[in-house]
Amino acid sequence: MLDRDESRTTASLIIPDPVDVDVTRDDAAGVDSDVMTEEMLVNMGPQHPSTHGVLRVVLRTDGEMVLEATPHVGYLHRCAEKIGENLQYFQFIPYTDRMDYLAGMNNNLAFALAVEKLAGLEVPERAQYIRVIFAEMNRIASHLVSMGTYGLDLGAFTPFLYAFRERELILDLFEAACGARLTYSYITVGGVTDDIPAGWLERCVEFLDYFEPKIKEYNDLLSYNHIFIKRTANVGVIPPDRAIAWGLSGPVLRGSGVAWDLRKATPDLVYGRMDFEVCTGKGRMGAVGDCWDRYFVRIEEMEQSVRIVRQCIDQIGGAAGGHKAKMPKILKPPAGETYYGIENPRGELGFLVISDGTAVPYRVKARGPSFCNLAILNEVATDCLLADVPAIVGSIDVVMGEVDR
Amino acid sequence: MTPEQISRRLQDRFADAVRAADASGLHPHAVVEPGRWVEVARFLRDDADLAMDFLRSISGVDYPEDGKLVSVYDLISTRHGHAFAIKVEAPRDNPHTPSVCDVWPAADWHEREAFDLLGIVYDGHPRLTRILLPDDWAGYPLRKDYEFPREYHGIPCSTETNQERPLH
Repeated sequence: MLDRDESRTTASLIIPDPVDVDVTRDDAAGVDSDVMTEEMLVNMGPQHPSTHGVLRVVLRTDGEMVLEATPHVGYLHRCAEKIGENLQYFQFIPYTDRMDYLAGMNNNLAFALAVEKLAGLEVPERAQYIRVIFAEMNRIASHLVSMGTYGLDLGAFTPFLYAFRERELILDLFEAACGARLTYSYITVGGVTDDIPAGWLERCVEFLDYFEPKIKEYNDLLSYNHIFIKRTANVGVIPPDRAIAWGLSGPVLRGSGVAWDLRKATPDLVYGRMDFEVCTGKGRMGAVGDCWDRYFVRIEEMEQSVRIVRQCIDQIGGAAGGHKAKMPKILKPPAGETYYGIENPRGELGFLVISDGTAVPYRVKARGPSFCNLAILNEVATDCLLADVPAIVGSIDVVMGEVDR
Repeated sequence: MTPEQISRRLQDRFADAVRAADASGLHPHAVVEPGRWVEVARFLRDDADLAMDFLRSISGVDYPEDGKLVSVYDLISTRHGHAFAIKVEAPRDNPHTPSVCDVWPAADWHEREAFDLLGIVYDGHPRLTRILLPDDWAGYPLRKDYEFPREYHGIPCSTETNQERPLH
């Protein structure tokens, strides 16, 4: 991405060369040793503009230093897993929409794949392509929100408007296919609910052509913004070994330089045929695994998702089958259990589904990426400056609907 | 390694601690004796061939007929890419399971969640408190015999879920 930026004549005016950016910050430790003040508990949230929903963090502070950050979650808890034990398999799909509500397609997909594995259902090839297209389009939409709101957290208002401008177009495409703009329930057990409408793929290509150059706009506007870099580089560094030990996944894990992506590690659907890269943090603005790295992984992943969608659109014409497998009226998977995890925009979303042979699951457990990624907050935020906490929380990019389930 | 090989390796190393194993199904797993679980967990993580460094999830499951509360640990190796699951069983009337927070820090919130929703007590957890429900909530919702409260601090709760399973 940098290479292309450099080819622009005006690039040098807007985009600072990474080595020119002075990312050394006032030493946080210096603040600590200068003055020891009285400890104070600061309550951040649950109603706070930078917590992306109802996250409450209790901060034990010494002056400007954070000594301990304790997240309190559960404000949106509705025990979706208990609901899952009382509904038929396909009836649970709408509840998955409402977990990570910024990535409804991906959530539908994870649960559908788990149930299909349990029931031994074969999904037609065409349906698999459609699923990948929608999952990747939703990844772009989700990363756009993440990018926009992250700028918002750090005082940059305009990127947010840019992000939502493009996201609207993706939502228009989703609406054309399934009628919904947020909670789709489009990907379902056995395939997708309806085939894509006529002319949809052409519209999608049109969008991709429009969207791809926009990524550079975001970089000009936010990624290489001097203030933004100052606020995010070298802040909230997560070393790779800690990231794995804490079970982080998605851009938060890859931002620490770990090339772990379930689309590559356990390729399902047609991901095995796709040519794309796993984007990792490289410490271009500071240390590997800082907030900027995590942020920038998402920007790079949008480009990769565009690549994947383009390949799917090229290949879908030759795909066999329809949009849905032949399904029994009431699905009763044989008694057994399975765990299935896929790469959501925020990381690994896994479902453990246990069947007792009836039409209702015995147990549905959702392993949400936001929940797991948020758990490391105390370790990262400790010994940071108070003003860095929004930068760290924003870079972890949680959706509380899925943390609390 | 294939699930069969992982299972064999565990049984060779801990013949007395790893019980009945299902390595060929849709969810390859082994059942580990609670008393030896932390030791087995360390072996799973540190053994170079296994290298199960990534704890994906801990799921509590209630089996009232068997009188058991089971913790299901889904593991994957970021080095080798193989996945395997471990089950640790606890008696329902006194559900204690050793905590593996020291082995995988990721277990911290997962264990709190299973404690919160199923009442499994993870011995050795640094801060085993409710995480999703309010601290003063009574009962464990994901147990099969859970009775939904009719009110909480004067807030009336729906009694719809007091019907017997299945609803459909």
